[in-house]
Amino acid sequence: MSAFFKLLARNRLALGGLIVMTVVVVLALLIPVLPLADPYATNTGNRFALPFSEGALLGTDHLGRDLLSRLMWGTLLSLAVGFAAALVAATIGSAIGITAGYLVGTRILRRGEPLAALAHFAVGYGLGTVLLLVLGALPGLLTFVLVAAATGIAAWALARTAIPVLGGARVPLAVCAALFGALIAAALGAGPIITPLAIAAVGTLLLLLFYARMDVDNGLMRLVDMLMAFPYILLALAIVAALGPGLLNALIAVAAVNIPFFARNIRGITVGIANREFVDAARLAGMSDVRIILTEILPNVIPVIVIAMSTTIGWMILETAGLSFLGLGSQPPQADLGSMLGEARSALITNPHTSIVPGVMILIIVMAINLLGDGVRDALDPRLKSGALNRPLPATLVARDRAPVPAHNDGILTMSGLETQFHVKDRVYRAVGGVDLSVKPGECLGIIGESGSGKSVTALSVMGLVASPPGVITGGSVRFSGEDLVGAPYEKLRSMRGKSVAYIFQDPLATLHPLYKVGDQLIEAISSHRSIGRAEGRKKAIELLEAVRIPNAKSRVDTYPHEMSGGMRQRVGIAMALANDPEVIIADEPTTALDVTVQAQILSLLNDLRRERGLAIIFITHDFGVVGQLCDRVAVMYAGRIVEEGPTKAILDAPQHPYTARLIACVPELGEGKRRLEAIPGLPPVVDKLPDGCAFADRCDRVHASCRQGDIPLEGNGTRAVRCLFPVNMKEAAE
Amino acid sequence: MAGYILKRLITAIPVLFGISVIVFLIMALIPGDPATAILGSYATPENVARLNADLGLDKPEWQQFFIWLGNMLQGDFGRSFQLNRPVLDEVLERFNATLVLAGTSFVLCSVLGIVAGVISAANQYGWADKGITFVVLLGISIPSFFLGMMMILVFAVNLRWLPASGMWPIYGDRDLWALLRHLAMPAFALSVVATGVIARLSRSAMLEVLRQDFIRTARAKGVHERGVIWRHALRAAMVSIIPVLGIQAGFVLSGAVYIEVVFQWPGIGRMLVDAILRRDILLVQGGVVIVAACYVLFNIVVDVAQSLLDPRIKT
Ligand code: SF4
Repeated sequence: MSAFFKLLARNRLALGGLIVMTVVVVLALLIPVLPLADPYATNTGNRFALPFSEGALLGTDHLGRDLLSRLMWGTLLSLAVGFAAALVAATIGSAIGITAGYLVGTRILRRGEPLAALAHFAVGYGLGTVLLLVLGALPGLLTFVLVAAATGIAAWALARTAIPVLGGARVPLAVCAALFGALIAAALGAGPIITPLAIAAVGTLLLLLFYARMDVDNGLMRLVDMLMAFPYILLALAIVAALGPGLLNALIAVAAVNIPFFARNIRGITVGIANREFVDAARLAGMSDVRIILTEILPNVIPVIVIAMSTTIGWMILETAGLSFLGLGSQPPQADLGSMLGEARSALITNPHTSIVPGVMILIIVMAINLLGDGVRDALDPRLKSGALNRPLPATLVARDRAPVPAHNDGILTMSGLETQFHVKDRVYRAVGGVDLSVKPGECLGIIGESGSGKSVTALSVMGLVASPPGVITGGSVRFSGEDLVGAPYEKLRSMRGKSVAYIFQDPLATLHPLYKVGDQLIEAISSHRSIGRAEGRKKAIELLEAVRIPNAKSRVDTYPHEMSGGMRQRVGIAMALANDPEVIIADEPTTALDVTVQAQILSLLNDLRRERGLAIIFITHDFGVVGQLCDRVAVMYAGRIVEEGPTKAILDAPQHPYTARLIACVPELGEGKRRLEAIPGLPPVVDKLPDGCAFADRCDRVHASCRQGDIPLEGNGTRAVRCLFPVNMKEAAE
Repeated sequence: MAGYILKRLITAIPVLFGISVIVFLIMALIPGDPATAILGSYATPENVARLNADLGLDKPEWQQFFIWLGNMLQGDFGRSFQLNRPVLDEVLERFNATLVLAGTSFVLCSVLGIVAGVISAANQYGWADKGITFVVLLGISIPSFFLGMMMILVFAVNLRWLPASGMWPIYGDRDLWALLRHLAMPAFALSVVATGVIARLSRSAMLEVLRQDFIRTARAKGVHERGVIWRHALRAAMVSIIPVLGIQAGFVLSGAVYIEVVFQWPGIGRMLVDAILRRDILLVQGGVVIVAACYVLFNIVVDVAQSLLDPRIKT
């Protein structure tokens, strides 16, 4: 609770709203002791006095009544009515919402229950009465029989056609009930009142629920939908029309039209909570539903109710003021802010101050409440607390404090000393801690590591695609053909994205735009870099789809991503990467979401493309089996750094880093790395608290005291390098 | 698609029936006797009884309901005793004026709201975002009728730029220009609240979408940031914005009642308020049912638009 207030206080706008509201409420409560004039005392000699005139600080209205006093009383009234309406709407709406959400899947009626028979009875009774009246309400024997037969047949037909599920055994029950209802109706004759109709309506509703197998949730929400089918003012007007103008009736109307809003919101939240373990546990413990709702669900729902209330209360004050403004709310001489404004309207042009005073007051109150409401919502909504709703900038932020070291290698794409961090509040996560890597044209470099090892972040850093905030590139360089991309202007970076370096991502269902046809997405990839006509673009798109061996490419261009299989979607992803003939393709776990056969197809496709087009590929994976099929060289990453690097075959044959050795041991057979890295005991270190010395020390079975002292360099001879003081397989490697 | 529309139209039938039941029941609650209201309190009992019989009010309520419903289905909404003309004629005429006002406002608030929300999200925490957030807060906090009154004061009384009230000039041509001049203030005042709500929602929908993977894909393709925001992000965000547009249409229609009163717009909202105060029940019933029916149909249009926009929705 105190954390909540601290958060609220930190929000300066909300604090402002809170202060204004406190002042207004305190003043309103102090009215009886304040030296105010009588708000109802008319003085026609002193009409429309201007503000700051003698004896009337804010002037007087058309009857010479003191505006300040009326304003204060009006404020008190408006606030009281607004809060009361919000409270009523929240209570009733939440009760409906919680009931519906908690009882999702609980049928209102189960088959064969007496209620169903009752429903048939009601329909029969209603139909019978109607028929009687149509026939002219003759209480003779003939009518009696006619009516019973007709309604019985009608109800039977209804039962038969409505739902085929209705088994033969139940039809007699339905017909009997309906016939019985019709007989009663006939016996009683046509009641001149609305009752038979209401009974039949309720019966029909029950029948619908019964046959449509609606659950409580569905039934309640249908009703709420019905209420929401009105523009709210119509319902409010109809209620006021029925009850008559008056402030209390306006309150009822405003509360009533806001019930659906609460019901919907609270239902959604309750559905989520009702499925959680602690609720199941309570059920298993034999707690009654009412107790579960009160002790388990309600406490979890209350914050949402508070949010919904705090964000709508201002609105309700406006609505009440509106009804009063129309003359349907508070009646003279009593006046809330709305009716003050309404009365002043006729003198708007000659004496605007009588309108401005109450109008500005409404504005101040509602604005303060809205500010406060937003503050309450932000303080209570955990999603906003973590700052997760930040939008990622077009390119990752760069904050290099030192000049990048010159490139050490002459590959087409070379990273040296690359450092990428995540800055979340006061914590710094070192996702990538100084990575040197390089690929040559036609070469495939694998980067392998567990999730969280920094391999994806390394890849995304190349084209500035790390989400920022929170990502920041804090050091090193990424050179494409010798040119440093880190800190390059956005337009430069953009023109190279997809054209020089293209990406293939992991889950193509999430990474392709769901609402555009794949052909259009391919054409867009091209047209982002050179202008291309509609027809030519389409031709090129088909060619690309053919290049990745998608059958029926001509018809597939016009499909949406969700209409394709996972493998086909990933082929589209690859086609998109190929669209501008890039020099380098970075594939970030492109086969992880696919099954083994499709995985093999995609790998061989990538391999062929590399051969045909001389592509450089950086292939990111956690699966050594995949690396073995495709990559010339491999770099193993752990906790943001490279721990071993070398030719794939050499490393597979004789891993030197204990971590690499474990990774390889985890692969049962090439290409079927289902039993993956989880088999290594322990977890990688959290990258905001990296230990001194070797990051793998806690999980290493060769660990030695010296491993934990000081930085361990990546050392090697010729093609291989390893970051370990006590490497394995040294003998074989030396041979 | 045609099948989908048909299905939605059929599901609207019970809703419409429900609406007419609710309207009738609420109206049936009204105490007092319409005939007395029409004839005044000095009427003789015989006259009251005769008028009640003429109006069909001597029959039981449920019969009245079916008579009323049946007549409605044939396009007969009864006569307004106050105006002494068919309810339907009056309602349609008034509804036309409301549609002009509310329709303009709806277009205005949709366009302004979405554009403001997108700009706000694209410049999160920047000056544009802060400015828009403040204006939006102001917009959803000001009572539209008060805003309307202040606009009259400034633009009609002081600056004399625009006419203060009505839909058409009393003298002079009824051309488009005259209509636009009369429409400008009320349409703007009416759209302010909805613009604020739509802008807020568009902003958060955009922020939600901008974090998703396909935005990163678009950027990785080299799509320009403008394209990322307006083509990729907005298109996806529209899926959650459109239903809110449907709801806001109801709010615009509702707000029209106040604005019509303030600007003396000859619309249906003002007619309903007058009818309620004069207890012209048939007029209230007819007006409410027709507006509600239009709103239901409009929501079907929204749903259809939604399914056109999102190919994942099965039609
Ligand atoms: S440096 Fe030491 S702890 Fe680290 S991997 Fe090598 S042997 Fe194990």
